[in-house]
Amino acid sequence: MTLIASSIGRKLIMALSGLFLIVFLTQHFAINITSVFSEGLFNEISHFMGNNPLVQFVFQPILILGVMLHFTMGFVLELKNRKSREVRYNSYKGALNAAWVSRNMILSGIVVLLFLGLHLYDFWIPEMDYKYVEVLPLDPDRYFDELVHKFKNPVRVGIYVLSFIFLALHLYHGFASSFQSVGLNNKYSKVIKSITVVFSVSVPIGFVVIALFHHLTAF
Amino acid sequence: MNLTLKIWRQANADSKGKTETYKISEVSPDMSFLEMMDMLNEELIEKGIDPVAFDHDCREGICGMCSMFINGEAHGPDRLVTTCQLHMRKFNDGDTITIEPFRAKAFPVIKDLTVDRSSFDRIQQAGGFVSVNTSGNTQDANAIPIEKSNADKAFDAAACIGCGACVATCKNASAMLFVSAKVSQYALLPQGKVEATDRVTNMVNQMDEEGFGNCTNTGACEVECPKGISLENIARMNREYLYASLKG
Repeated sequence: MTLIASSIGRKLIMALSGLFLIVFLTQHFAINITSVFSEGLFNEISHFMGNNPLVQFVFQPILILGVMLHFTMGFVLELKNRKSREVRYNSYKGALNAAWVSRNMILSGIVVLLFLGLHLYDFWIPEMDYKYVEVLPLDPDRYFDELVHKFKNPVRVGIYVLSFIFLALHLYHGFASSFQSVGLNNKYSKVIKSITVVFSVSVPIGFVVIALFHHLTAF
Repeated sequence: MNLTLKIWRQANADSKGKTETYKISEVSPDMSFLEMMDMLNEELIEKGIDPVAFDHDCREGICGMCSMFINGEAHGPDRLVTTCQLHMRKFNDGDTITIEPFRAKAFPVIKDLTVDRSSFDRIQQAGGFVSVNTSGNTQDANAIPIEKSNADKAFDAAACIGCGACVATCKNASAMLFVSAKVSQYALLPQGKVEATDRVTNMVNQMDEEGFGNCTNTGACEVECPKGISLENIARMNREYLYASLKG
């Protein structure tokens, strides 16, 4: 059996793609938070990210591949896991021995995936259309206004906030769990768990703050 | 104690099975759960009803044979015990107790509460051993120095009795705690390192072939394990397997 076909190999793929997405999320947050402090800096970084060939044609395809790998493998494993117990228990008290977040990664993952669809529709598709379909002239100052415009709609802001809560739940289990999957469970595990708690709470809250800030200051 | 028992009854592996309700009275709180089941069966036999089939052997908590899923938990509500060591004082007078077999595709029901756990045997046979020449020239085990912490960890892993509670309780019916304990007990010792690569590869491959689910690190297995096998063993198995795969 090849590594990729094995149960442990698939855990490894989930863990490594998940850790990669955590790195991406960190840089995404670092860029977005600048929009709260400086319109100019946010525009400058966004323009660089949107037009740098290395980011656009190397990092972006790798990111798309990472996202697809993570959710595809997630669904593959979920189906396999469901098949592994064809007759369900009449009484199963999962809450007595495992945390809700760990037992519902597929639920939090699906919510985050649906959010990703909305997020791409909001920002990525218009961006691709602007640059590569309509091929409109470069405008280094348009990014901040586009961001603020999207957050004027309270329904969208509500959906974003709800999605970030599910992102937090997904990260709360997934971050530390990734290290277990790659074989790391030792004296550093407590430190990793602490980092997981801080990261999974602070980054989604940070995104919520960004969304609410632009919503409240847009008028 | 007066109790209502909701027990899974299934004539054989091919039949559908259903939950039957039985009332039982005068249960002593000092009885073990299996003694309570014996008492029920005696009453059923007197009434001409087929007694409930359930697995049991040593009744001392060391053989790993008993296997019931009681009130939604493997081996019932107590911690670090098998069903035979679970006592009726853990329940209250008037309780309704749901009793089901360990459920997993790789643990098909034989009858009622007994399940076929020979998939564990096949995993063990795939590599859970050390090939030692027993011709009479075997050296004294103490001749090989072993670091105390590793010896302790190996011993803790070897405490696994292969009862299958980890599979039964895992939401994915994963056998990784069992397999990792069997991999670890050898991987940590110099005698086991010689065949470590083949062992972990063959055992994990057999585990996958048997149809067990995948580990999602919920940690439920560690909580429900009657021998307290640690999740550290799963991380070790992951390392061993990845190393073996890269080594080829």
